[in-house]
Amino acid sequence: MKAEKLDYPTEPRRHYLNADYGVMSWLFTVDHKRIALLYLGTITVMFFIGGAAAVLFRLELATPQGDVVISETYNKLFSAHGIIMVFFFLIPSIPATLGNFLVPMMIGARDLAFPRLNLLSWYLLVIGAVFALGAVLAGGVDTGWTFYTPYSSVYSNTFVVVTIIGVFLAGFSSILTGLNFIVTIHTMRAPGLTWFRLPLFIWAHYATSMINLLGTPVVAITLGLVVLEGVFGLGIFNPTLGGDPVLFQHLFWFYSHPAVYIMVLPSMGVVSEVITCFSRKRIFSYRFVAFSSIAIAVLGFLVWGHHMFVSGQSLYASMIFSLLSMFVAIPSAVKVFNWTATLYGGSISYATPLLYGLGFIGLFTVGGLTGVLIASLGVNVHVHDTYFIVAHFHYIMVGGALMGYLGGLHYWWPKISGRIYPEGWAKFAALIIFVGFNLTFFPQFILGYLGMPRRYHVYPEEFQVLNVMSSAGASILGIGYIIPMIYLVWSMRYGKPAGANPWGSTGLEWQTPSPPPTYNFEKTPIITREVYDYRKQESHG
Amino acid sequence: MSPGFHLFPEQASTMAPRVDALYFYLVGISVFFSLLIFTLVIYFAIKYRRGFEEEEPPPEMRDILALEVTWIVVPLILALIAFFWGANVYYALARPPQNALEIFVVGRQWMWKFQHPDGQREINQLHVPLGRPVKLTLASEDVIHSFFIPAFRVKYDVVPGRYTTIWFEATQPGQFHLFCAEYCGTQHSGMIGQVVVLEPEQYEAWLGGELGAPRAVAGLPTSRPVPEGSLTAKGQQLFRDLGCQVCHRMEKQGIGPVLTGVFGSQVKLQSGETVTADESYVRESILNPQAKITAGFQPLMPPFQGRINEEEVMQLVAYIKSLGQTQAGNRQGAVSSTK
Repeated sequence: MKAEKLDYPTEPRRHYLNADYGVMSWLFTVDHKRIALLYLGTITVMFFIGGAAAVLFRLELATPQGDVVISETYNKLFSAHGIIMVFFFLIPSIPATLGNFLVPMMIGARDLAFPRLNLLSWYLLVIGAVFALGAVLAGGVDTGWTFYTPYSSVYSNTFVVVTIIGVFLAGFSSILTGLNFIVTIHTMRAPGLTWFRLPLFIWAHYATSMINLLGTPVVAITLGLVVLEGVFGLGIFNPTLGGDPVLFQHLFWFYSHPAVYIMVLPSMGVVSEVITCFSRKRIFSYRFVAFSSIAIAVLGFLVWGHHMFVSGQSLYASMIFSLLSMFVAIPSAVKVFNWTATLYGGSISYATPLLYGLGFIGLFTVGGLTGVLIASLGVNVHVHDTYFIVAHFHYIMVGGALMGYLGGLHYWWPKISGRIYPEGWAKFAALIIFVGFNLTFFPQFILGYLGMPRRYHVYPEEFQVLNVMSSAGASILGIGYIIPMIYLVWSMRYGKPAGANPWGSTGLEWQTPSPPPTYNFEKTPIITREVYDYRKQESHG
Repeated sequence: MSPGFHLFPEQASTMAPRVDALYFYLVGISVFFSLLIFTLVIYFAIKYRRGFEEEEPPPEMRDILALEVTWIVVPLILALIAFFWGANVYYALARPPQNALEIFVVGRQWMWKFQHPDGQREINQLHVPLGRPVKLTLASEDVIHSFFIPAFRVKYDVVPGRYTTIWFEATQPGQFHLFCAEYCGTQHSGMIGQVVVLEPEQYEAWLGGELGAPRAVAGLPTSRPVPEGSLTAKGQQLFRDLGCQVCHRMEKQGIGPVLTGVFGSQVKLQSGETVTADESYVRESILNPQAKITAGFQPLMPPFQGRINEEEVMQLVAYIKSLGQTQAGNRQGAVSSTK
């Protein structure tokens, strides 16, 4: 971590960054804030590796022929991109970094309930990442991130088992983090901090942790079964041994659909914090926004079959799953409408975190509405496994989850590093990312309805124009991601000191110096007000 | 599809306009709500920007329940319409008409193989007649594939270990893309082909050109004349070569059940269940006979899993089907009268 090189000439004060020095003080730390930074470094590395894979296959897709790489390599590239981005970046992204840093601070606690378990979670992710990257270096895996059987268990000659061990370990990392958050939120809230005074970021993390705890074991066991079938020849999914390949899809999506909400719920928490802070407003309908997180987490477990409308699942099962999928759109709509209503009558400043927050609302709206579109059975048959699906889930995962992550990183950067990032550059990068994202993924909706299947190395010539647009967008997007990387690292040394509360936020985490002392608060705070109490704050001031 | 730049796919089947109508409804909703949210967010962000607040800020909107109810109920109604409409189209896509022309399809890494009822075989190219429903029975030799014709708006996975079906009725002559839509390994993007839709007379000519005029042949008794080289004839030949008739005799009871009239009937199993003898049941009973033993018989038949391939299974299925169609009615009556 670069942080240990910092010096603070203007701040001789002790805080979590300068409390101790040396590699060991980081590798054996139990401070949730330091562990958050360990995660930040890890997932940033994974993000750029996953991104590099995407750059390579988008380059390949600029022409209809297979001319940059051969088919085997192409298949390994999109598999590596999916596996790394889903399991080693998006799922840990906000909870493990911002969540780890902020959950104790937002509830006025000294640390998480189980600090050592927290450190173990990070080690599990790192060991998992070593396995996954080891598989890539050894020759790669070509199953896609979905590991569909019997291809993955019987037919693929690539490093499936090693990759699955990596994903398995990363899964336990998120199970333990979820457990830690739930216990912490239940037992360690400061005096006076009732459930309905909790920041919505906490509600979102509580819902996410529920999914982690209940869903992740299922995918871990399922991938374990793939290994048993592949290595020991047990007939679980392989039909020639009496297994059922569709059973795998049921078990896989039972986790992997809720996993989408693991990615996007924490971002929704960030957006609630950012919108209130930069429009100086209390959130519109706190309880509706809070409970919509829980509703999404619960309903999210009942819709996995919508990934299987053309897989051989019974006609009537498909109808039930379609109906339930329509219901999950409602709590998402409630959030979007309430954020919009929060802006009404506010005092809005266009700081970078808010730009990301507004970007999230727009892109998540498109992603969510196209989600309704593909949940409708008759249309799903046509767009299933085409680029329409690819575009839809990137609007949710990148337009939604990643925008929230970047917005949150900018918003809390002054708290984490004690420094202000360069605002001009940050706005410029946000704009580049927004433009690059839409240019990359919007043409894919059109490609998908035209019928271009996903995971195609070679494609018919009539799809080329839209693919070139998409590849051009991807290169703009790639540049957009490198800029924040540079100025955030720069600002750790050269940024202006931030002070305790540069945004004038009501959040508890801002009522202690930046960077915070090791145990967060000089003395345990006592909470007497509701959260997002911006009007009162002004009249008091 | 002709090369060049397109924004919307051709409509070349009876289902295509129905799927597209639903699509336009859903795109309409998406555009409306996206624009609504974009407009409100941008308008509020400009009107209420810091430093330009009005003297008297608007009265704070406390949580208005009516507003919450509105933006729950309106989207819910629109989503439910999307559900019912979608389910209706899906049901139509899943139920082939009775009079459909039946073609068997086998997918394997990385090609599509077709067998026509009269015995014509094709690889990666499928000739079908215009204006007549076509039902495809899909099987896989290895991994999961997915049979996708964008211009017809139809797709279904081809799953090893079972039969799936798909149907369409082409409304436009021409050549259309056939894609494998489920990732199936190294040459997945090479598992493509063409569907050639011919005018009925051209189609008849194509059928004849492929095989010559069908002729009836003598041989084992069947319920109807079997044209030489047809799928049924191939199945009949295979039935004989594999020695099936030793146990499954044609006229009187052997070690195994008489197969005349079985197809389409209700079969009583040893477990007490009753199943319909459809293509999937016949397939399973050939490959893995122990799975469903007919009541009153011993589990003596050897499994044919691994001994014959999916194309051969389809030929046997076609033959057994041809034995069943004439007397299926009688058989069904017999079963129900014994209950």
